[in-house]
Amino acid sequence: MAFGLIKYGLSPSYPGKRFLSRQPELKSSYDVVIIGGGGHGLACAYYLAKNHGVKNVAVFEKGYIGGGNTGRNTAIIRSNYLTPEGVAFYDESVRLFQGLSEDLDFNILYSERGHFTLAHTDAAMRTSRWRAEVNKHLGVNSEVVDREDLKRLVPTLNLSEDVRYPILGALYHPPGAIARHDAVAWGYAGRAAEMGIEIHQGTEVTGLEIENGAITGVVTNRGRVGCGKAMQAVAGLSGVMAKMAGFKLPIKTVPLQACVSMPLKPFLDPIIVSGSLHVYISQGSRGELVMGGSTDPYPRYQTKSTLDFIEGLMAHILELFPFLADVPILRQWAGMTDMTPDFSPVMGETPVKNYYIDSGWGTWGFKATPVCGKRMAETIATGQVPALLQPFRLSRFEEYSLVGEKGAASVGH
Amino acid sequence: MKIINCPLNGPRNAQEFVHGGEFVAMPDPHRTSDSDWAGFVFLENNTAGVVREWWCHVPTAYWFIAERDTIKDEFIRTFDPSEIFRERVEFTRPEATKS
Repeated sequence: MAFGLIKYGLSPSYPGKRFLSRQPELKSSYDVVIIGGGGHGLACAYYLAKNHGVKNVAVFEKGYIGGGNTGRNTAIIRSNYLTPEGVAFYDESVRLFQGLSEDLDFNILYSERGHFTLAHTDAAMRTSRWRAEVNKHLGVNSEVVDREDLKRLVPTLNLSEDVRYPILGALYHPPGAIARHDAVAWGYAGRAAEMGIEIHQGTEVTGLEIENGAITGVVTNRGRVGCGKAMQAVAGLSGVMAKMAGFKLPIKTVPLQACVSMPLKPFLDPIIVSGSLHVYISQGSRGELVMGGSTDPYPRYQTKSTLDFIEGLMAHILELFPFLADVPILRQWAGMTDMTPDFSPVMGETPVKNYYIDSGWGTWGFKATPVCGKRMAETIATGQVPALLQPFRLSRFEEYSLVGEKGAASVGH
Repeated sequence: MKIINCPLNGPRNAQEFVHGGEFVAMPDPHRTSDSDWAGFVFLENNTAGVVREWWCHVPTAYWFIAERDTIKDEFIRTFDPSEIFRERVEFTRPEATKS
């Protein structure tokens, strides 16, 4: 690295390879158009090429790849959910994540830390036991731990009973991990591009062409292209895209904020979450504490940070780690989440033929990136929705068969 | 701190209010199909732009209607529901659907 810097620093040409090849002109049509170049859309493109040989694919991203919620989440990966449908789905994602650096030949800095969901009430302890039993039944490593275990496993955690919400125990999930979220988007993009998939940044989809109830093309700010199939993976803008396609979604666009502290010496190995306090905190590879809380109190199409959020979050963080009181916050930001009423995603077919949806990712989207990409690619390539995705179909709402996922982040129980 | 103008209590801190969802006409529960009712309960317009929605001032348990821009995060107007609901809304009884 240092040698290369000296050798090529003064040279007019650098022999390094571009990560993404130069953006080509738009073709007149593609087999598949993916709307949204976040982790999900790029993963789908990658698995379409790799697993199904579908390579005449374009990904349209109005900004830059991974610039939306892929780069705004708190990068937590886990599968200790509550519903059997959710556990099976996220478990496949964790297993894909574990081999992803090797699969993509790109280091996503996957770091297995262990994940604690703190319980401060008897009701939360009961939910923890419930989740642990569902998890164990499905082969996911989870167990309930008490205060003695916590003292040993998380020595820096404040277990005092002289706080507003004393800790009674926790749901412990050893495979819980964090990763470099941007790297997931870049890794998928780089490998997909190598296989011939076109990634068009700065390309906004402004309209859809639908004939006889089937998608035939998309209109972009760079012109119109035809398509055999299309998928939208646009997170907070899901409702806006769905309106272009002519249907409504059970989704509200609500900002979710997060922040990081200045870097500290490593002191917190595991990821600590409290559903009751609406807090999640982990220490990233750079030593920064990555912290998040609940979604903003009302829907907006906006990514402004608020002081209310940081005050509310810190009040709870300081109960868990009082010695952080003097640590400055370095950055704060927001992303627009697509929240569903049952805290489960919406994936699969839509009322428009050959137009697929990948949305409803609220506060749980990053951890699902590989499995969603892989299974949506399977859906698009084969036209069959795999059993793993069936419970999350859009039509579950009019069938009144919701998947109530109380194990989702920022959900009190 | 954001300030919301409550039609009953005047300008108050945003933390005193809760968002009550989109203002949409409620179908008669006993005269509507299951799928239309699901649409009313679950589906959202989720408009990017000016919306009309329910809000509640929690300390006084007062419900009102607001017009708000969801892109600019600006309240355009707040008003008492009596501007829209001039008379009591009656629903049919469940047994009336048997006829």
